[in-house]
Amino acid sequence: MQNVKNLGEYKEHVREALDNEFQRQAIDRFAQAYPVGRAKAFEGMDVEGLIAEIAAAKDDSIRRMGELYEQFKREAEKAGIHVHLAKNAGEANEIIASIAKKTGSKKIVKSKSMTAEETLLNHHLEGEGLEVTETDLGEWIIQMRHEGPSHMVMPAIHLSRDQVAGLFSQVTGKDQSNEIEKLVKVARRELRQRFVEADMGISGANFAIAETATIGLVTNEGNARLCTTLPRVHVALCGLDKLTPTLHDALRVLRALPRNATGQTLTSYTTWIHGPNEDNAAPGGKKEMHIVFLDNGRTALAEDPEFRQVLRCIRCGACANVCPVYRMVGGHEYGHIYIGAIGLILTYFFHGRDKAKHLVLNCINCQACKAVCAAGIDLPSLIKRVYARILDETGHDIDSTLLSMVMRNRKLFHGLLRSARFAQKPFGVKKGEKQKGNFIRHLPMMFAKQHAFRELPAVADKPFRDIFPKIQPKVENPRYTVAIFGGCAQDFLYPEQLEAMVHTFADRGVAVDFPLQQTCCGLPLMMMGERKAEKEVAEQNIHAIDPAKYDYIICSCPSCASHLKQYPEIFGGGDSDGLLADRFADKVIDISSFLNDVLEMSADDFEQGGPKATYHAPCHLCRGLNVHDAPREILAKGGYEYVPCKEEEVCCGFGGSYSVKFPEISQQILTNKLDNIEATGAEVLVTDCPGCVMQIRGGLAKRGSDVVVRHMSEVLAERRKK
Amino acid sequence: MSNTERIELFTAKAEAVSAVVKRLPSMKEATDYVVDLCGAKEACQLLISGCGEPLSQKAEDLCEIKQDKVVAAPNLSQGHYDALAKACDKNGFVCKRDGLREHLAGIDIGFTLCQGAIAETGSVVLDSDSEETRLATMISEIHVAAVTVDSIEQDFYGVEKKLAELIAKTPSYTAFITGASRTADIERVLALGVHGPLELHVLLLDEV
Ligand code: SF4
Ligand code: SF4
Repeated sequence: MQNVKNLGEYKEHVREALDNEFQRQAIDRFAQAYPVGRAKAFEGMDVEGLIAEIAAAKDDSIRRMGELYEQFKREAEKAGIHVHLAKNAGEANEIIASIAKKTGSKKIVKSKSMTAEETLLNHHLEGEGLEVTETDLGEWIIQMRHEGPSHMVMPAIHLSRDQVAGLFSQVTGKDQSNEIEKLVKVARRELRQRFVEADMGISGANFAIAETATIGLVTNEGNARLCTTLPRVHVALCGLDKLTPTLHDALRVLRALPRNATGQTLTSYTTWIHGPNEDNAAPGGKKEMHIVFLDNGRTALAEDPEFRQVLRCIRCGACANVCPVYRMVGGHEYGHIYIGAIGLILTYFFHGRDKAKHLVLNCINCQACKAVCAAGIDLPSLIKRVYARILDETGHDIDSTLLSMVMRNRKLFHGLLRSARFAQKPFGVKKGEKQKGNFIRHLPMMFAKQHAFRELPAVADKPFRDIFPKIQPKVENPRYTVAIFGGCAQDFLYPEQLEAMVHTFADRGVAVDFPLQQTCCGLPLMMMGERKAEKEVAEQNIHAIDPAKYDYIICSCPSCASHLKQYPEIFGGGDSDGLLADRFADKVIDISSFLNDVLEMSADDFEQGGPKATYHAPCHLCRGLNVHDAPREILAKGGYEYVPCKEEEVCCGFGGSYSVKFPEISQQILTNKLDNIEATGAEVLVTDCPGCVMQIRGGLAKRGSDVVVRHMSEVLAERRKK
Repeated sequence: MSNTERIELFTAKAEAVSAVVKRLPSMKEATDYVVDLCGAKEACQLLISGCGEPLSQKAEDLCEIKQDKVVAAPNLSQGHYDALAKACDKNGFVCKRDGLREHLAGIDIGFTLCQGAIAETGSVVLDSDSEETRLATMISEIHVAAVTVDSIEQDFYGVEKKLAELIAKTPSYTAFITGASRTADIERVLALGVHGPLELHVLLLDEV
């Protein structure tokens, strides 16, 4: 849990987590198995359609949360259920403690509930002298270790069988073997005993159906059924966001929940409970049933147009399953109580700014969580917005204020980039023979240690903007007129990539322009939470490149391209800039799609019989722009023998300024990537993004690897028939 | 989706979560199946799952409660229950339809008649309003769930109407049961029977 005081301390925790070899491997194995299981579980289903339906239905419920609560309460009271509403965590805990007191309950069994984790219910009840036992195996284990869950669905994923055996030996006072099968049996008996003695059962609720005042519980172990059957009192603690109008809504979510969580079609038990059911241990033969609804900021969140979509979350945990950062550092350093992408956001709203402010920096913006979210939540951009809010509340730090000041002034910014060439002089430039790239010979002191895992590129002698006038092709009667959006990395570090691009489609009837007033796309500013400056550079770009003049705005940096595509959101439509941003974004296309789908270049355009090449799919291309086939197709047409790479669409760990802030994590993610690349046996690694080129090339150069890293434009230009 | 296709899909999905699926003509054969299964079960030991492991004193005490092989069938009609009880008696098993709280250490077989089934997920739908029904399906080592083939629906939406009726009663408690109780909480290794049954058998009956 996040009790760190500053970023330095947080990084210290992160480093420790990175050193936890067992945890990393356990999560890593799951991360590799998960996409396969998920795809199988959804086979033959219209996943996109289902997600869109869930999102729409949840949005509707969120809008009507207050009304649904009233309806639920009415129906519930008719059935004899006691309904409570808790404003915050403390209130919820007190209500539950007082129910225990009134009913004379001393021993409590609990079935897994994230909401109870949110309120830290156990601490409170134990403080009141009550005996609380978690009955979900993973929860029980971490309860005994006095830890929080490290994953929403698999709370003890970070622990080994030996650790569990040791723990069970303590509990039973007998020596336990580390056979999982046996440990599970021991837990079964030990916990059965607790069920027998319990007075009160506490559960969460995956659904609260307003129409009939029914709650739905989804579990695999069946402990929720025992918790709601044996004790004479049942208390369900449930976030207001679980309210849903009808059974149909619940069933719809249930189609996605287990599939997205673990790749199961359905969990072993789904239980629908309405009213105080038969209970032979209770006086009168009927259970006493309470439902405590927790607000804790949800009502306010529902009214926040920017953030209300986070309440769509169905707690499947998928956003953690696919997150490359979670994969490296695990739950305790990638969340406070809620973990993964959604955790970074919810922490701010449920647990406050102090718990969230360092965590929220630790997102690399790879978009993997967004692509997998069962509720269609735009997690990466909300994470950045949380960060921006925190900055607005606490003050922007000097680095980012400075950066945004510089970036808003294109001339100053570009001037600084140009002079960087001189600034790097004392450190020297070396030619990476194998890698066909220039690197800084000696890293400046401040970078030397942490960034030694990869070589860093040197600033080019001449930026592309100075080269372009000399290479601009003359085209009579062009088929297409296009503008190049260069992006800072390519303009100033890798102008050869843009040059190659121009050469690839020269003679193909394409008139090319490079409007000089263009500046940074603004993505780094978004990453740093500088929303005002982000909008200002966007304004400069939409005015620098008039969409009316061009058929396409071609971008061979997908990070820029996907950010340019988001311009309409920045302007929010409406005024003339908003309309301009719409049209601008519409024209933006990545280089592979342009060559493959628009120009329809074919194998005839290229010399065949080239070397074996593998591919790295940049996050902002495959997920940000949803482009999957075009790069592989054009690469093969370009005469290369394409060999797929394991986890080809997983992030390389670059993430722009991210790799500067969290170099250790960046390095770990990169290591996986490089291992996978080298395992393909390819001679060339091709990718579509200058950032990925920087990261992967730098890493391979450091390893002294023979695999050459090239941008897509370069490899195609080289094999183009003249 | 035709009847046959639904049966096939149900069988495939249920077996995928390690349920045993059998097609039988009627309740009579189902009764025989339960009795045979109980007879074959751990012929030489009465120990309930977990009791052979090193336990704390308290948990071990619970193990000592169990003495006989027990079959529980809380929701059968009187006629079907009598037939089962008779067959159990002949084999020396205890047959019960209520009072299951006295058997919290565990019983051998819980036998229930279900109200519906979902092909796409391989689940059975069970009205569990009665505490005895809930216990029979939770404290048993093996849960045998009988359901008629004509009540198998293709998917959730197919059972929606029936489910809506079941949950509209006040009070009500309804379950979708899919395979045996399971966990993967330790090193993501799948283990069956963590709290509930170690096995689920689904008997698809032509008629009851
Ligand atoms: S964008 Fe990537 S790094 Fe950020 S939370 Fe999502 S999956 Fe994790
Ligand atoms: S944010 Fe999306 S992916 Fe993450 S837990 Fe919630 S629903 Fe699942």
